[in-house]
Formats: sequence, C-alpha cells, structure tokens
Amino acid sequence: MPEQPKAVALISGGLDSMLAARVVQDQGVHVEGINFYTGFCVEGHTHAIRSKDQQRPKRNNALWVAEQLGMPLHIVDVIEEYKEVLTNPRYGYGANLNPCLDCKVFMVRKAREWIEANGFDFIVTGEVIGQRPKSQTRDKLPVITRDAEVEDLLLRPLSAKLLEPTRPEREGWVDRERLHDLHGRSRKPQFALARSLGIEAWAQPAGGCCFLTDASYSAKLADLWQARGSREYDLDDIMLLKVGRHLRPREHFKLIIAREAGETRFLQGYKRRYPHLRTISHGGPVALIDGTWDEHDLELAARLVARYSSGRNAERVDLELEDTEGNVQSLAVPPMAPENVPDAWYVGGDHGDG
Amino acid sequence: MATDNELDCRHLLCPLPVIRTQAQVARLVAGDELEVVVTDPGALEDIPAWCRVHGHEVIATEPSGDEHRIRIRVGGA
Repeated sequence: MPEQPKAVALISGGLDSMLAARVVQDQGVHVEGINFYTGFCVEGHTHAIRSKDQQRPKRNNALWVAEQLGMPLHIVDVIEEYKEVLTNPRYGYGANLNPCLDCKVFMVRKAREWIEANGFDFIVTGEVIGQRPKSQTRDKLPVITRDAEVEDLLLRPLSAKLLEPTRPEREGWVDRERLHDLHGRSRKPQFALARSLGIEAWAQPAGGCCFLTDASYSAKLADLWQARGSREYDLDDIMLLKVGRHLRPREHFKLIIAREAGETRFLQGYKRRYPHLRTISHGGPVALIDGTWDEHDLELAARLVARYSSGRNAERVDLELEDTEGNVQSLAVPPMAPENVPDAWYVGGDHGDG
Repeated sequence: MATDNELDCRHLLCPLPVIRTQAQVARLVAGDELEVVVTDPGALEDIPAWCRVHGHEVIATEPSGDEHRIRIRVGGA
C-alpha cells in the first residue's frame, strides 16, 4: 500500500466531480484535480467578449472547485487531440454534436496517461449511474473503463457501492463502506451529500459545461463543416461560432455579424483572416465574410449588415469592404427590411439576440 | 535566484493564458519570477486562482491600457 495513496480527479467545475474528489480526500487520499480544455468548454471567455457581460463573474469553475477543496488543479490543452474524438466518434453523437461517451473514454485515457507519468495510484470521476442518458448508464460505465484501458484503477465514489470493487477498494486505499450508492437522474441525493459534507455553494452551469450539447451551436458547427466539405476546424473556427449572428444567405458564403461593441472588438481581431464589412454613414456592427461571393452577393451582404446598423430605417447606408490585405471598397445600399430576411438564413435558427 | 521571464498571452481567451502560465512555471524553480501579459480580463481571476492552488504568489497586477501584467513568484510546492 502506498504511504499515502494519490489520486487524480477529473474536475469539470460542476457538483458531481467536486463531491467525488471530496469523498476521496476525506479518506486521507492525496487528491489533485485535472481538467481538459477541448475548445468547446463553456467558460467565462464568452462573457469576456461581450460588453454587456463584463460585470458577470469570470471565474473558471474548475479552478474554483479546486480552491474550495484545497487541491492543485492541472488544466490540460487537448484541443488538437480532441478533433479525432469529435469528428470520428466510435459511439456516435447524442442529441446534438456531443460525442459524450467517446469524450469520457478520451478523458479517462488521458487521465491514465497522467497518473502513469506522475506516479499517482488511481483516477476518480464524478460519474453517477443513470445520471446521463448517453454516457452514464449502467452498461456504459464498463465501456469507459475498458476502452480507456484503465483496468480497475478508475474509482467512481458516488456510485461505487453499486459497482464491482476496484483496486483502490480491494487494496484498502479507500474504505468502500464510506463510498456511496447514488443512481438515477435526480439531483437531490447530490445536494443532500453536499450539505452533509458542509458544501454550501457549487456551480450550476446552465446548459452543461460543453457547447456541443447546445443545439444552436452544433447546428453552426455542422453548417461550417458542410460549407467546407470537410470536418477540419481550428480553435479560431470554434471560437467564432460562439460570437455574433451567423447568417448564411447563400450556400457559398456566410456573415458573422457582431451584436454589440464587445463583439465588434473581438471580430476586428480577425480582419487579417476574413474580409469584413463595416458601416460608415451610421453606427453599426462589424461583419466578417466567410466564403466566396460575386457582386450581387456583396450587395446582399451589405444590405444585411446595414439592417443591423443604426441606419436600418434610412434610405441608404454607406459601408466599406476591407479585404485581408487592407484594400478598401466603398458601397452604398438600402438596408434590407427585417421581414425580408428568411429565418432559414439564421444558422442554427439563432437570431442572435440573446 | 530570480530570473526575468515574460510570457505573452495577449489575445488568448481563458483558460489558455492559465495553460500557458502552467507550462512556463513548470520550467522554473522556486523563487523565480514570471510576468504574464494578458488581454482577457478573465485571466485576472483565473491566473491568481491557479497560483493559489499551486502555492505560487501573485506579487503585482498592473493594468496597462487594454493589457494587464501579472507578476508571479514561483513557490516551492
């Protein structure tokens, strides 16, 4: 038996992984947290972009959990490796483009590599049998263990009493009797356990911790892949899907139109990667153009951007198109009337007013 | 002995500034200092939080226009 067993806990920032880590900590195990950054994590950065969200707390919930539990947290960049998980999931997608089961296998495998490299003894996750329909059913948990090749070094303290004993239990590194038998979709047992441990506050991220579970975001990603004819992406692509209104008036191009000043500043950072339109005669947003277009398309794009400017009711709005080399072309167009913008042009059905 | 190190995390959104800081600190030894330059205001919360859980010290945070400079002293943990 190790002098003091050491475990690494997968920390998402939510309550379940916080509880799992704490339950093991309370048995005298040295626990450190690990958090994987895929690029799709719902983080404070989207609030950092939008001016109206500047006053929102920008904390990283995984770091906050680590601080509450008094343990180090290692944040690991897996953006590149995650592409294979997302574009070629062995077990397919959930309701949207969320490859939850493959994702869990991937993260547990990465955690296994981490404990091997760092001399730790086992892995802790906050999985609860039956909590999630795709990845946390009774028959899926063994799949994760098998595919991640983690053998019996993966402890799920919240449901452990309902599962076969793992090595940490058999070896006495943790006392199985002091683990739990949580199951099902109800959150009440977790809330009760939190209170019994003196945990009064926890993060409750609306819509989960991953953009891929969001229908509108997934639709924008699917649209990007469809337009490119390939599933390749980079970090800038997936960041831009979180920002602005996305309108695709023609198959061969789309517009990303800033919704407010913070997004305009953010999109300006991409002006050497994408041509952009900006209004001159009236206050208005910056809009990136992604794709190819002819003169008619450009007029259409300019009319759409003008529709979101303060000149939306004017007879004419002056704009400039700046290409990625800094060459500028002037345009003057009548703004498009809102009723003439088909809903189908809003990618993901998202009018972007939220 | 302290060394002069600057880490440019301008235009990176969280948690990337934290990840870059983590990688840079791993190359340093206790007592070394590192100055991280960020533009994402979220890093002003996240980098100090990361330092606290790893036993490093934020010795100064200076705004400079749209940028912030966070000076860290590496702890002995």
